[in-house]
Amino acid sequence: MNNEMRVEFDAKSVNEGFARVAVAAFLTQLNPTLDEVADVKTAVSEAVTNAIIHGYENKEGKVFVSCRLQGKEVWIAVEDKGVGMEDVQKAMEPFYTTKPEQERSGMGFAFMEAFMDEMQVESKVGYGTTVTMKKKIGQKEEENQNGCGDSFN
Amino acid sequence: MLKDGCMTITMPKEVDHHCAEQLRKETDLLIGAYRIKRLIFDFSFTEFMDSSGIGVLIGRCKNMGYHGGEVEAANLNERVQKIFVVSGLHKIIPVTTGNSQE
Repeated sequence: MNNEMRVEFDAKSVNEGFARVAVAAFLTQLNPTLDEVADVKTAVSEAVTNAIIHGYENKEGKVFVSCRLQGKEVWIAVEDKGVGMEDVQKAMEPFYTTKPEQERSGMGFAFMEAFMDEMQVESKVGYGTTVTMKKKIGQKEEENQNGCGDSFN
Repeated sequence: MLKDGCMTITMPKEVDHHCAEQLRKETDLLIGAYRIKRLIFDFSFTEFMDSSGIGVLIGRCKNMGYHGGEVEAANLNERVQKIFVVSGLHKIIPVTTGNSQE
């Protein structure tokens, strides 16, 4: 089954909760475990928070979250048209943050990597940033059944 | 909740960037005003936390350190526990179960 959705909302912190719940609700079609839903919610929250704080620096803007279900995989893209990053590699280092005064832990990207299977960041200074993440749903079940995985992709 | 220099902060249902600022301000105000020696973050009602929450906790740890106090976290559900372990926060903040001040 393939299915897609896309939401657009203002870069306001109140919408962080909305974004992760919207993705979680869409994801239920794949029958995820509670743990898988929580992993995805955390990753979405990190990406959207980054877009608001860093991409738009708490100023006005729109955040775009798109979500694609493909077989047993979920692909999520979180996009902003904000300031972008010069050095993506540096930004991805654990504990590195450009906003320590706001008590940012520098764990955002590390969390996305920890809770999703794959993550990719594209960024251009002055144009914005897109974070793309992938997670396969039902991996534990598959391992338990000793299966060989689906071959739809 | 305040008792003998020990303060318990009841954490919100969702600890994210949206609630971080208020949480930080209110906690710091109380730490300064009541000379808190022991600060307990009670996660009984918390269902979600992301890295913004970690920033708040580490910030309060530093703040309490200046006052010569300690910080603890209590009643984490499995999910919040996972966030603590993945971030390494459990090595900085002792985690207790139940209401440790009673």
